Amino acid sequence: MLKIARIFQIVERVQSAQLQRFLSTAPVLCGKTVQARAVAEKKPAPEEDLSFVMNVFKGQVESTQIFPFPKTLTEEQRETLEMMIDPTQKFFEEVNDPDKNDALEKVADESLKGLWELGAFTLQVPQDLGGLGLNNTQYARLVEIVGANDLGVGIVLGAHQSIGFKGILLFGNKEQKEKYLPRVSSGEFAAFCLTEPSSGSDAGSIKTRAVLSEDGKHYILNGSKIWISNGGLAEIMTVFAQTPVQDPKTGKTIDKVTAFIVERSFGGVTNGPPEKKMGIKCSNTAEVYYDNVPIPVENVLGGVGNGFKVAMNILNNGRFGMAAALSGTMKTCIKKAVDFATQRTQFGQRIDNFGGIQEKIAKMSMLQYVTESMAYMISGNMDSGSKHYHLEAAISKCFASEAAWYVCDEAIQIMGGMGFMKHTGLERIMRDLRIFRIFEGTNDILRLFVALTGIQYAGASLRELQQAFKNPAANLGLIFGEASKRVVRKVGLSSPPAIEHLVHRDLVGAATMLAKEIDSFGQTIEMILIKYGKGIVNEQFILNRIANATFDIFSSAVALSRASMALSENSDTATHEKLMAQAWTLEAMDRVKINLQYILRGQNLDNFQKMSAISKNVCTAGGVVQLNPLKI
Amino acid sequence: MARVLVGVKRVIDYAVKIRIKPDKKGVLTDGVKHSMNPFDEIAVEEAVRMKEKKIASEIIAVSCGPAQAQDVIRTALAMGVDKGIHVDIPAKEFETLQPLHVSKMLAKIAQDEKVDIVILGKQAIDDDCNQTAQMTAAVLDWPQATNASKIEKGDKDVTVTREIDGGLEVIKCKLPVVISADLRLNEPRYATLPNIMKAKKKPIKKVTPKDLGVDTAARIEIVSVEEPPVRKGGTIIPDVDTLVAKLKEGGFVP
Ligand SMILES: Cc1cc2nc3c(=O)[nH]c(=O)nc-3n(C[C@H](O)[C@H](O)[C@H](O)COP(=O)(O)OP(=O)(O)OC[C@H]3O[C@@H](n4cnc5c(N)ncnc54)[C@H](O)[C@@H]3O)c2cc1C
Repeated sequence: MLKIARIFQIVERVQSAQLQRFLSTAPVLCGKTVQARAVAEKKPAPEEDLSFVMNVFKGQVESTQIFPFPKTLTEEQRETLEMMIDPTQKFFEEVNDPDKNDALEKVADESLKGLWELGAFTLQVPQDLGGLGLNNTQYARLVEIVGANDLGVGIVLGAHQSIGFKGILLFGNKEQKEKYLPRVSSGEFAAFCLTEPSSGSDAGSIKTRAVLSEDGKHYILNGSKIWISNGGLAEIMTVFAQTPVQDPKTGKTIDKVTAFIVERSFGGVTNGPPEKKMGIKCSNTAEVYYDNVPIPVENVLGGVGNGFKVAMNILNNGRFGMAAALSGTMKTCIKKAVDFATQRTQFGQRIDNFGGIQEKIAKMSMLQYVTESMAYMISGNMDSGSKHYHLEAAISKCFASEAAWYVCDEAIQIMGGMGFMKHTGLERIMRDLRIFRIFEGTNDILRLFVALTGIQYAGASLRELQQAFKNPAANLGLIFGEASKRVVRKVGLSSPPAIEHLVHRDLVGAATMLAKEIDSFGQTIEMILIKYGKGIVNEQFILNRIANATFDIFSSAVALSRASMALSENSDTATHEKLMAQAWTLEAMDRVKINLQYILRGQNLDNFQKMSAISKNVCTAGGVVQLNPLKI
Repeated sequence: MARVLVGVKRVIDYAVKIRIKPDKKGVLTDGVKHSMNPFDEIAVEEAVRMKEKKIASEIIAVSCGPAQAQDVIRTALAMGVDKGIHVDIPAKEFETLQPLHVSKMLAKIAQDEKVDIVILGKQAIDDDCNQTAQMTAAVLDWPQATNASKIEKGDKDVTVTREIDGGLEVIKCKLPVVISADLRLNEPRYATLPNIMKAKKKPIKKVTPKDLGVDTAARIEIVSVEEPPVRKGGTIIPDVDTLVAKLKEGGFVP
């Protein structure tokens, strides 16, 4: 009991303003900030969160959204989708030419025209407003084809519909939807304008401002945005700007971010030349300037002062699309590598006979399998109305972008010198892929987001227990349930959460391993809370390892769920999927063990200090510190 | 303006590797990708272009086959056809359905729908019969223009360029007419996604062979379906020297 009391004190400290500040600059879900505020205001228990990842931070398995693998398409939706696959695939094989687009540094005219005709720019706009009305799962399947063929085009399409006008789709009122959605469906480009020269990851710090005109009919927008995809093409933009609002509590005027729908034709909107880039060259990236742009007040999107929430929800909502697209990209890379490996002979053998090549192909396939499974699991959950997918979506974006990079790199390696040749096609894919780890929230920021949101949630649940202790008589059940679980853990008698019953019997062994690591993970988080309190916010060496452990736990659960589905349906590829899920889980669980060890072991913590010191030295020296061994 | 009927057959996709059923009575179709017979796509495209040029007033697509035949009708509708007719043939019966059956059914529909031009693919890529257009013309006692690579409609006739061995033949036929489409007639469009959505609202009428007065009882029995003899595997040779050595070894060069 003593120990529990101590946890409470610490948890109190974790609910600090500083954590809120950090989370508010990371892509945080609106519901979550509200929930966090509720805790700060000493309101009772936070609502139950159905996110698997979130609950892993409490050492618990919340299986609703993971097992069984979601199947959300109706028969009709499936048929419609099936019909759409061939024409889309044919378009990318026969009309669109990724190398030509790359060389031109724009999408070739006939291809762009074809994409508009194909309907590729308006996949999710409701049909009565000129779109195809596809759900997220259908969207994922088509985007997979785009990703398999041309990531540059993928960004032209994604900047338009996954972020450009998504705000209107998610937050627009009836008039806004009726006015703008038909236009963005029939030839007018949209863009999402958040980043500024001095605000990238710290999006809350933007300086672009919009002030109400004297007659109260317009906001007058001033400022500039940088690196806006479709920025040179867009007629309709979702622009984020600071607006003065009155704080209801203090009565003081403060700046809060508001989202606006801005038309280029409002006047005062200009843009810079297209940026020269490493990859996705056919996608237009440009600075956009706003000089006294009059925005009608009815173009406020999602309410004055709610812009941050609007921005983060748009980004969260679209992340699964990246996972879907990149799982297509990985398929393409794997195909190229395998075509080569099964034909190339060296040392008298086809190279796919060598263990070294086999391991590469196996790892590439598992990464593709996991990414693809994440994409469809998240889109499926979103389609069935889930509100608790934000950590999973963030993980899928990081995981997919890193997996695709690895897969493309290994495909090049398997092909040797041939992989390095331009005409093989992998060099363009590699250049195109690099940006995915940077935009829409860098993977580094998203890792912090995942780790801190989870820790905060675990902390809040401890705090709930503390509340219960204030009135023990009324909360006996909760106290005995939760408290005894925690005490038991402390004395090492805990039993891991049950997952075995959720997977196919052939995968029980892997599931047991996973359950054990989820339990260790929960315990580690508890210890972290005790040891660091609010200071955890600044422990990025630790937070990154927590995030990585979360990725491994989530990815394994996803793989086990997908393979269980295949096994129970007795599908043609079931045994292959089983192999992948088993092999993946074993390796992932080994990594979890190491990551948790690093967080807890003095020797490794000491190493973090060393690395911090090394970095400081190098930054002070302005580069490599030591001379070469010759000292000349 | 003409009323046009097109035939659309659902066949195993051209890119699929065909596998024979273990009992050797046919090929495996379950879970195998199917699509519209490529020559029928050309027929549909030609009809749609006629409509775009205001030469045709209405286009009807017919498919004879099991329930899934509706998939290719939907594709035709998405390409621009106005309405579909599905002649429902149980899967088992479909296995022994012959061009003669199909042409009788098409002929009946052509009469019922008062069409002026029937355009069919010159052959289906599954059974390669190349008979249906000819038989349909015979049943209807209409002129026929097979293997068309160009169609020009006049007032009461069509001028058709036909691909024949070693050249082209230009013929003029009175309407109504049955035409079969060859490879070079046009390059079919793909259905755009918005048109796929719109096609869902277009009507598909379902009829049975009995409704059309056609007896589809099997006239043939499938005795055996065999794989073509396997080609002996080739090898990729690493360089020219090895190639020359191999050629010498095989006695192909002195
Ligand atoms: C091709 C391209 C297209 C783009 N399209 C758009 C678009 O359409 N709309 C739009 O609004 N923006 C767009 N962007 C901008 C993009 O979203 C930003 O580049 C991204 O958010 C990162 O911001 P930044 O570049 O300013 O990096 P910074 O925020 O300056 O980050 C630099 C590095 O520091 C790390 N870092 C930052 N803060 C922390 C922290 N607290 N702890 C640890 N590490 C930290 C980051 O992870 C990163 O590694 C685009 C960018 C590119 C290159």
